[in-house]
Amino acid sequence: MAEFKQADSLYEWFDQRLGIDKFVKVMMTEYWIPKNINFLWAMGVLLTVMFTLLVVSGIFLLMYYKPDINMAFDSVNYTIMQEVGYGWLFRHIHAVGASVVFLVIYIHMFTGIYYGSYKKGREMIWISGMLLFVLFSAEGFSGYMLPWGQMSYWAAYVITEIFGGIPLIGGDLVVWIRGNFYVSDSTLTRFFMLHVLLVPLAIIGAIVLHFYALRFPHVNNEAGEFFDFDQEAEKYLAGDKKNSKVVPFWPVFLSKDFFVLGVFLVFFFYLVFFHYDFAMDPVNFDKADGLKTPAHIYPEWYFLWSYEVLRGFFFEIAGISGKSLGLIAFAVAQGVFFVLPWLDRSPMVKPANQRPYFKYWFWFLMVDLIVLTVYGKLPPTGANAWVGFASSMTFLMLFIALPFITRAEAKKVGGK
Amino acid sequence: MMDESRRGFVGKAFGAFAAVGGVASLIAMKKTWDPLPSVMSAGFTTVDVSALEANKLEIAVWRGKPIFILKYTEDMKPTDGRSVKVGDHYYSVMIGLCTHLGCIPAYRCDEKDFKCACHGGEFTLAGVQKFGPPPRPLDLPPFKIDGTTLVLGEEGPEYKAMMAKAGGA
Repeated sequence: MAEFKQADSLYEWFDQRLGIDKFVKVMMTEYWIPKNINFLWAMGVLLTVMFTLLVVSGIFLLMYYKPDINMAFDSVNYTIMQEVGYGWLFRHIHAVGASVVFLVIYIHMFTGIYYGSYKKGREMIWISGMLLFVLFSAEGFSGYMLPWGQMSYWAAYVITEIFGGIPLIGGDLVVWIRGNFYVSDSTLTRFFMLHVLLVPLAIIGAIVLHFYALRFPHVNNEAGEFFDFDQEAEKYLAGDKKNSKVVPFWPVFLSKDFFVLGVFLVFFFYLVFFHYDFAMDPVNFDKADGLKTPAHIYPEWYFLWSYEVLRGFFFEIAGISGKSLGLIAFAVAQGVFFVLPWLDRSPMVKPANQRPYFKYWFWFLMVDLIVLTVYGKLPPTGANAWVGFASSMTFLMLFIALPFITRAEAKKVGGK
Repeated sequence: MMDESRRGFVGKAFGAFAAVGGVASLIAMKKTWDPLPSVMSAGFTTVDVSALEANKLEIAVWRGKPIFILKYTEDMKPTDGRSVKVGDHYYSVMIGLCTHLGCIPAYRCDEKDFKCACHGGEFTLAGVQKFGPPPRPLDLPPFKIDGTTLVLGEEGPEYKAMMAKAGGA
């Protein structure tokens, strides 16, 4: 056993046993962040805070929620909303938080794409981040089912039905996922389990991986510049803070982050208190009824772009049915961002505006995603269906074209 | 050297044993997610159609879906490949979800047809689309005729013949 000296203070007593000094250095005061960054680099901390808010509000909702098809709707809309003290607050934080967390995820993701933060050693940061996106999507989808309103029911119905398109095993797979031939009590209870335990556990694991993946390649900066972090850290510790290119995570980086966080939370709680209705679809205030389909089914805003890719192919091409084509396109759309580090063939790590060809690709993608999102909400009839088809095709073509565009770019800039 | 290979063997044996246990537990996990026996047995619905009133729509529920059962009067003409003869009467047996976007059409006993309120689709009494956006006739549930009883969820010869006809057309 290691030898222990008599501790002079309570702090020392803990430090001897838990290595607090060392831990704080590694995690906070000597974890180095580049200086040359802007407010977009605050999104990671915002997401951590949002996830915490969702967990805490979720814990309080869990005290009164009942995962049973006969009780779920009333336990949310009557018990939590009207009887439980401040139950409405936790529900609105949870619902608005689920929506806003996706807004921040998208900003975080597109910041990464814009600044090329997925390249040259940062691939694992990108992949673990995309894994988090998929897990958050699963979390959002499973949670949306729980209030057991009409939109809960039919979203669950339509999304589980998607798996029916998989050849050979599709039909059985849908029944297996639902635990019944239709969305029913067994479906609700298993998605409840996923929402409150399995998926959050996986999310926490993926967050740890995501943070850990940052340790070796380090955080990117506004110019995409590569430098020796150890050397810059030495400069900082020697007192030459002005010429050092890095700052410690705590207290320097986080103090600025807290400012951005403060502004963000004002916006967030403004939504929670005064505009929560945008996260509360009126259709979902009718209790689920498996025998009555709402006239128009659509997902929450953050799933609209991929929902539109799914619907975009509404006619047969080369003997493959529209349904299958939509399913293939949907599967591609879910997976294609994962391989972005390898589709981008240019070694250049620079913000998009300094990349001669990539900048067009980036803004084209942004416009296309907005078009997909807008049309994903509209009924797919007449001209809407064709806009959906064109924008879905554009989405796929953009990713097919990316290796060629970036290879041409690499040639133009001479491999820089 | 002898010792090395012994360790290697023990390691592999341990790994293989653990792998078998892992696979076995995966099977248990898969089975836990399977529909329960009570759910599977509830996957069949039986309806005695002899007592039904002609030209009045009966809606049975099978696997959470509405099933239209319509008994024909003498002057209602059967449609080849869509109408089923049970005893002396013809019937329509179909899934009551509009093939456009899944709403439940209503039966109009005066016009003797179905009208979907959502987007205005219309179907004949045998469920063939005749107006509006529905892309195909109402789907047929698998059924078997057992005397005057209809067993929904089982594929009888009449159902197979109808599906063969629909597939060939």
